[in-house]
Amino acid sequence: MSELNQQTATISSPAMKTPLQEFWYYFSQNSGAVAGLIFIIIISITAIFADVIAPHSPIEQYRDALLMPPAWVEGGSWRYLLGTDDVGRDMLSRLMHGARLSLMIGTLVVTLSLGFGVVLGLIAGFYRGVVEVIIMRCVDIMLAMPSLLLAIAIVAILGPSVFNAAMAITIVSLPHYVRLTRASTMAELNKDYVIASKVVGARPLRLMFITILPNCLAPLIVQATLGFSTAILDMAALGFLGMGAQPPTPEWGSMLASALQFVQRAWWVVTFPGLFILLTVLAFNLMGDGLRDALDPKLKD
Amino acid sequence: MSLLEVKNLTVEFGSNNNPFRAVDSISYSVNEGEVVGIVGESGSGKSVSSLSIMGLIGYPGRVSADELCFNGKDLLALSEKERRAITGADIAMIFQEPMSSLNPCYTVEFQISEALKIHQGGSKKWRRERCIELLEMVGIPDAKNRLKIYPHQLSGGMSQRVMIAMAIACDPKLLIADEPTTALDVTIQAQIVDLLIDLQQQKNMGLILITHDLALVAEVAHRVLVMYAGQIVETGLADEIFTHPQHPYTQALLNSLPESAHGKERLDALGGVVPGAFDRPTGCMLSPRCPYANEKCQQPPPILGEPGRQVKCFTPLDKTGKPQ
Amino acid sequence: MSNQVDNVVSNETLLVVNDVKKHYKVNLGMFKGDANVKALDGVSFELQRGRTLAVVGESGCGKSTLARVLTLIETPSAGELFFKGDDILSMGKNAAKVLRENIQIIFQNPYGSLNPRKKIGSILEEPLVINTKLSRTERKLKAQAMLKKVGLRPEHYDRYPHMFSGGQRQRIAIARGLMLEPQILVADEPVSALDVSVQAQVLNLMMDLQQEMGLSYVFISHDLSVVEHIADDVMVMYLGKTVEYASCDELFKNPKHPYTQALLSSTPRLDPAQRREKIKLDGELPSPLNPPTGCAFHTRCRYVKEKCVNQQPELLTDSGCQVACFAYQEGRI
Repeated sequence: MSELNQQTATISSPAMKTPLQEFWYYFSQNSGAVAGLIFIIIISITAIFADVIAPHSPIEQYRDALLMPPAWVEGGSWRYLLGTDDVGRDMLSRLMHGARLSLMIGTLVVTLSLGFGVVLGLIAGFYRGVVEVIIMRCVDIMLAMPSLLLAIAIVAILGPSVFNAAMAITIVSLPHYVRLTRASTMAELNKDYVIASKVVGARPLRLMFITILPNCLAPLIVQATLGFSTAILDMAALGFLGMGAQPPTPEWGSMLASALQFVQRAWWVVTFPGLFILLTVLAFNLMGDGLRDALDPKLKD
Repeated sequence: MSLLEVKNLTVEFGSNNNPFRAVDSISYSVNEGEVVGIVGESGSGKSVSSLSIMGLIGYPGRVSADELCFNGKDLLALSEKERRAITGADIAMIFQEPMSSLNPCYTVEFQISEALKIHQGGSKKWRRERCIELLEMVGIPDAKNRLKIYPHQLSGGMSQRVMIAMAIACDPKLLIADEPTTALDVTIQAQIVDLLIDLQQQKNMGLILITHDLALVAEVAHRVLVMYAGQIVETGLADEIFTHPQHPYTQALLNSLPESAHGKERLDALGGVVPGAFDRPTGCMLSPRCPYANEKCQQPPPILGEPGRQVKCFTPLDKTGKPQ
Repeated sequence: MSNQVDNVVSNETLLVVNDVKKHYKVNLGMFKGDANVKALDGVSFELQRGRTLAVVGESGCGKSTLARVLTLIETPSAGELFFKGDDILSMGKNAAKVLRENIQIIFQNPYGSLNPRKKIGSILEEPLVINTKLSRTERKLKAQAMLKKVGLRPEHYDRYPHMFSGGQRQRIAIARGLMLEPQILVADEPVSALDVSVQAQVLNLMMDLQQEMGLSYVFISHDLSVVEHIADDVMVMYLGKTVEYASCDELFKNPKHPYTQALLSSTPRLDPAQRREKIKLDGELPSPLNPPTGCAFHTRCRYVKEKCVNQQPELLTDSGCQVACFAYQEGRI
């Protein structure tokens, strides 16, 4: 090629970051988000290794230590760091195992609703017309009902269990993902790079999943993180109402519910599960905010 | 005395220890009734320099200057309030994107009379009459019935006319036009440029025309400033600059225009791109791209020539287009 | 690439476009019914190998629609497209394949035309993945060779689009367009988003590639000075119709249609000797929803007569040029 072009080529571009490095740069600017991330990592490790770390079995009842207060309170014992509940189970161990359940359900719910939501949203945004009308009207109907009520109705039909509760929450949180995916698909669909792919002969499936989807991921990741916290909250609510995990499975929501009558005498049985729900949800929300800042190009400029 | 006198104006962005100089000590002046063209590629700092005159550089930008005098008043010494009284009334600006420069929520009348209300007051009736007068002045037909329409009902050319009406509402002495025709079609561009020049002559305004379109500047400007990477590299009368450029950059810009090539030959293009925030060279900004660069160019170049015709280069080009 | 250059047979007609139309239905709102927007209303031209046809006009004149119709992004409402004598529109499913291997497109905005989440390598290889059975290493070699050809370095293969400047991105877009070795490249305002000096680099590249590979260009632009430089033939469009079609030299020396004259005179010129007497066009492009009767240009034309308001002028051939204007045909200009 000509001299000129070689000259252009040799002028090197300044140190550029890969998308991942750039993402981390913007994410690490947000200290709240980093704190949230650290908390989530700690909670996840605790949940994964709960069997090893937990001092006691979550379902073993120590009849000699009913409603024992936390270690630092008078009458407490270092054997039960956060105290015990009304049947003498160790609170700390139950919370650790409960984290496992809550996080697992969060992951399950988010994965399923994200997966189905993205597929439905892509189809609606890509094909438009009748397909879109059918999908979007169903979504509108689901959004017209209070989500927790709908979830309770679904669990009532399927019967109360952890898995059914997760299914119910999945269905309830589906509409958000569908709408979000459809909106970003429609925005991307008219961009030149999609048309360029069309011109070289890309088929609909390739266009949808390889060309368009990666560019819609940013808002979806944010929504998924926030969805994680909603799922944990909803699960806790269902557990509280007795629609979720059944005893003796440790679950934060049902731990709250079963301890409700002791609120006056033993504050720790209600406080700690509540605190864990609060902190986890807060951590996910903080991280979601940080992700949005890092991934949304509009906020970056 | 000139209308606008700028000496060593600098605009910096970024951290204090490693600032990025978007505008790097530029000096120029604009007289009454004069059309000054500022040309340069994107990233040359031509828009930022005029925004800083309007006081529109917000955090994290920092503006400093030895002198920034408008009509004998030092703009940088004024309080925020006093400065606002001048910008918008005595100095006005129009922007590149007419469609997004108008607030879509309000009618044309509301937006024009807003400027009138702030700077001149007057009764509501007077303001309405003045609006009609202004719209007629900028060539909008049937002005009376157009008062109540919203920006989305206007085409690009019409929006730019409304923007001009807003800008001249308070009879400014200096009008800054930042790429006023770039977003418009050729025939509409010609209409808008005619209008601007007509108004400028009628009101004897100073006009700063910022554009990347060299041919447009060649047609309408009296004097031209050529900017590159935040610096003014050459100033002079329009005719002189376009017939005998002295700075290698000006020469390269002119040569890269398809108009300068005769027939279907290769264009004489300058390699590379305007340096960005991270890759500014030391010494002469053009040195990595300059065909005439030598070791001397690693040092900051001097400003040569007498006032009115200056060039920032060690070896300005002579009339044959070769370095002296 | 040398065998390709040998293959060049001059004056071989590659593409014939015959009376192509594209009409859109636009819903005006409830109870108002539909309107028919004639974005492209009967355009015809021929393109020979190694030639450049420039399509000129203001926004809304249908030049971008033409680009989309030529690449079958939009199917034309009526008309015929022949590629090397084959009627493409009657070929059904094969049409798309034939077209995409021979006609490719580059877009105006280099920031929007490259997928921001893909590496340059996979952007360039996508056409090969879809249309050929080349192995991974063969594709990579081809992509790197193409990068070199458009003046970039093979290392750029692993970078992302946002690491490049506007001019470099346009080079990448051109490279992608050439990956299938098409014979025609439709360029929709390829340099209008670029700075002057970068614009010159890209124009040089396009001209080099044309000589090297014997490409034909359909070059869509509103910038007449660029068109004058690069084009062999020029077609001027106004509101979906061709108003003048002539060789580049002839059109710029001796514009015949009043609209062409106005366009030329409105273009700013560096050289005072080249400046023409300004013909001021009043008003703006009429809305395509509600086009004027008769000659579409009559609302802004200074030669308008009653006939222009009532009748549509036909595109008539006269001494090698085609002009659609009563005033010209009657010798009033």
